[in-house]
Amino acid sequence: MKQYLLSIYQPVGAPPAPAALEGIMRDVNALRQEMKSAGAWVFSGGLYPPTSSTVVRLKDREVLTTDGPYIEGKEHIGGFTIVRASDLDRALEWGRKLARATTLPIEVRPFQDSGLD
Amino acid sequence: MPDLRVAEIERVFREEHGRAVAVLIRAFGDIDIAEEAVQDAFASAVQRWPSAGLPPSPAGWIITTARNRAIDRLRREGSRDSRHTQAADLYQPEEPEEETAVPDDRLRLIFTCCHPALASGAQVALTLRLLGGLTTTEVAHAFLVPEATMAQRLVRAKSKIREAGIPYRVPEANDLPERLRAVLAVIYLIFNEGYTASSGDRLVREDLCAEAIRLGRLLRQLMPEEPEAVGLLALMLLIDSRRAARLSPEGELVLLADQDRSRWDGQLIAEGQALVRACIARNHPGPYQIQAAINAVHSDAASVETTDWRQIRQLYDQLMSIAPSPVTALNRAVAIAEIEGPQAALILVDRLNLDEYYLFHAIRADLLRRLGRNTEAARAYDTAMGLSKNASEKRFMEQQRRAVVDRS
Repeated sequence: MKQYLLSIYQPVGAPPAPAALEGIMRDVNALRQEMKSAGAWVFSGGLYPPTSSTVVRLKDREVLTTDGPYIEGKEHIGGFTIVRASDLDRALEWGRKLARATTLPIEVRPFQDSGLD
Repeated sequence: MPDLRVAEIERVFREEHGRAVAVLIRAFGDIDIAEEAVQDAFASAVQRWPSAGLPPSPAGWIITTARNRAIDRLRREGSRDSRHTQAADLYQPEEPEEETAVPDDRLRLIFTCCHPALASGAQVALTLRLLGGLTTTEVAHAFLVPEATMAQRLVRAKSKIREAGIPYRVPEANDLPERLRAVLAVIYLIFNEGYTASSGDRLVREDLCAEAIRLGRLLRQLMPEEPEAVGLLALMLLIDSRRAARLSPEGELVLLADQDRSRWDGQLIAEGQALVRACIARNHPGPYQIQAAINAVHSDAASVETTDWRQIRQLYDQLMSIAPSPVTALNRAVAIAEIEGPQAALILVDRLNLDEYYLFHAIRADLLRRLGRNTEAARAYDTAMGLSKNASEKRFMEQQRRAVVDRS
């Protein structure tokens, strides 16, 4: 089994209206349950906005800490899900479902093979 | 004493490449191993066939030899990747490959090469290389890119297949319509690149047209129940039937209206029209079938004047209702010009947002010319010339432009 990272790309700015967001969260939770029942779910989580992030990086043996995000952009990763799938087509099926539930673009990217499973 | 030349062996290998590579990918689960193995089998054939003659089943010989070469190679390299050796051991029939099981593998290969997770250029390159059996050099020449660029494109595409886990199988029923559309689009893209090379000196690259038609025939044979696969083959055959008439002896472009129809290929027309009739009888219309039907109407007519333009308009209306696009609307306007005159067509054309498309300007120029608005026509030809990258097309429009300037 391979593992895939499903990143949710979210535009910077105000979130959807509460009523719309409620529907989205319901769909996302239902999908997580579906992934769990299918044995595909590995991990998932939503993130606070990029303004909440902090960057640490090595510079001349010293690790500097600065205010994030690392890259400013019009879109950022708002959350992600990791799924187990036998191949890309199966992973893309989950990706399509996640895109429908979140109404946002999803990037499906394979993890390097761990050789464990 | 048989006397097989290397060129003949090359031809056989190219014809059987898709079949052999498809079986070996299934056996070893790796495209590179399959390609190398077929290459090794080719080296063996060059040594053996000239004296031993062509084997009774060249495909079976190539597959069996390539399989054994691949196993030898994997054993020699140790268990660098023991999974591949195991896969090979699991799947090692004593007899030469049963050819009846083979078409399914080629179908798998088509869907893998044309997977929507691959960029369009990569889909085309992989299809021509793996299924068409073209060398990397040939694929590079066909698309006028440096060989190193094409080699890199192929390597990247194969890496993506491996890393992302693009599966080697025919898609399931609910995915099939979308995935089949991608396959049809790749084959038609190859055909169109051959029929109107998007850049360069030559208008037509016959080898690409022939390759696209060969792939179209293969797909139809593998998926006989898919009306759009039949439609695409019919469309390509009918367009290709006009190839000889489409170029003057000097290699200049000749428009449909001015073509010597006696030079159209009657055999291709008959085959294409028979396929169109079969589609109509099945009555599951789709964009390729309708375009094929439009071309079949043209093939029926002895001249532009006797063409059934009303039927063509009706078919374009049907096409617009299931697959509306500005380019289709532009082509429909050409039919309107024949029925209602250039003024009615120009009104439709001017509504379209196709400023970047050279044919939009070329068709506009022609309508303006027919309306006697020569200065505007000349300007539209200028714009069209600026947008076309094909030398024959540019020369053609230059001539047209000169004619209207002389008249104004």
